[in-house]
Amino acid sequence: MKITPLNQIHRQLGARMVDFGGWDMPVQYSGVIAEHMAVRTTAGLFDVSHMGEIEVSGAQAFEFLQYATTNDLANLTDGQVQYTALCYETGGVVDDLTLYRFAADRYLLCVNASNSDKDFAWLQDLQKNTDFNDLTLINRSDEYAQLALQGPVAANILAKLTSTDLSAIKFYRFKEGMVAGIKTIISRTGYTGEDGFELYCAAADGAALWQELMKVGESLGLLPIGLGARDTLRLEKAYALYGHEITAEIMPIEARLAWITKLKKGNFVGRDAMLKAKQAGLSRKLIALTLTTSGVPRDGYPVLSGGRQVGYVTSGTMSPSLRKGIALALVETAVAESDEPLQIGIRKRQVLAERTALPFVK
Amino acid sequence: MDFPEELKYTEDHEWVLVENDVVTVGITNFAQDQLGDIVFVELPEVGDMLEEGKTFGVVESVKAVSDVYAPVAGEVVEVNEVLPDEPEALNNSPYEAGWMIKIKLADPAVLDGLMNVTAYKEFVEKD
Repeated sequence: MKITPLNQIHRQLGARMVDFGGWDMPVQYSGVIAEHMAVRTTAGLFDVSHMGEIEVSGAQAFEFLQYATTNDLANLTDGQVQYTALCYETGGVVDDLTLYRFAADRYLLCVNASNSDKDFAWLQDLQKNTDFNDLTLINRSDEYAQLALQGPVAANILAKLTSTDLSAIKFYRFKEGMVAGIKTIISRTGYTGEDGFELYCAAADGAALWQELMKVGESLGLLPIGLGARDTLRLEKAYALYGHEITAEIMPIEARLAWITKLKKGNFVGRDAMLKAKQAGLSRKLIALTLTTSGVPRDGYPVLSGGRQVGYVTSGTMSPSLRKGIALALVETAVAESDEPLQIGIRKRQVLAERTALPFVK
Repeated sequence: MDFPEELKYTEDHEWVLVENDVVTVGITNFAQDQLGDIVFVELPEVGDMLEEGKTFGVVESVKAVSDVYAPVAGEVVEVNEVLPDEPEALNNSPYEAGWMIKIKLADPAVLDGLMNVTAYKEFVEKD
């Protein structure tokens, strides 16, 4: 199994470790609910070093990424981050990612851990099969450690360790700076819906950065957070997770990701299939559901209307903030847009589920 | 980890308290610790007949769904009505507030198949 540079720290902290797509990762330290609430009320520190980083550079980097990804890079400036996706020609998703613009000819893609090899191979093949020659692709996944510092007091904690003016780093912007004497990419991004930062440093510095952050953060309520709470935090904000809301079989425009799918920007991989599907009318749509009685929806559970299955749950959990079962579900468009009552099949029960405006937790 | 001496235990990490021909059943401290924060509990109804080794309920943590198995055969004579509203009792008080059901034994002899505390501790250490 692969390990991050922080593996020893997680074990010392007594984390429960799990095999997460081939990575030995902490699923929880003190408990999912306590960790979840810490991020919502104070702050949490996540080891996300398993995420992959792919550098794309060269005179044709912009053109290539404009063709390879769904979002529009045209208005991006240096120091800006963009949420985007790689798609197949079918319109299905290879991966979702954040794209960092360092310069017009240099970008870093932060991709899902279990997809990083696939993504890199996909980009290499794409380059081979097109005319983008003035372009260098480097898989730098092993070179970086990545920590996510998230929560309402995240900025207060980080400010104790850096002279970089954090107020100058707006949402979805980044700067390179020193944190606790460690060279770091300070990115105001995250996967929790709270204010916070994703910090990239050299793999060898990852453990020291973690320890320094914990040391100054502890008195402000900073807790280490595992993958369990990472999932409940993102789901309360209805953020898509690869393998659930988006897969090779689901187009971003079906998964409420039309906002990162710029069909008018010009040609890109998957665009024709999506235009065609849109013209024909999308057959299914991602909706949010909240259970009206007790129960926990889980991915794969059927969504029913009038006793007929009309879709399925892509992600579900008990929301620690709302103390209710919440779910994202892919259902037939006509049903999604109607007000027919919906149920989620949980074992032998059919539990009434209300359509909910997103996000679940504001 | 805390395992009361007066209880009997199963390999599925349930505890059993025997009082004449009625047994009280719950999950052990080890089981609740493994599950993590418990957020949902499904129990049988009073009057249900349980078969030994068959599922009688479900315990769900934030991350996982786990079946709970009947350690003995018999009729459900009482269920902990508080648990569905306070599933966290299974974490906070697995042997007291977190008891799940009471079963009227069909055959008291089956209790011989359960582990005592020493055997269960050894079982947990190997697990």
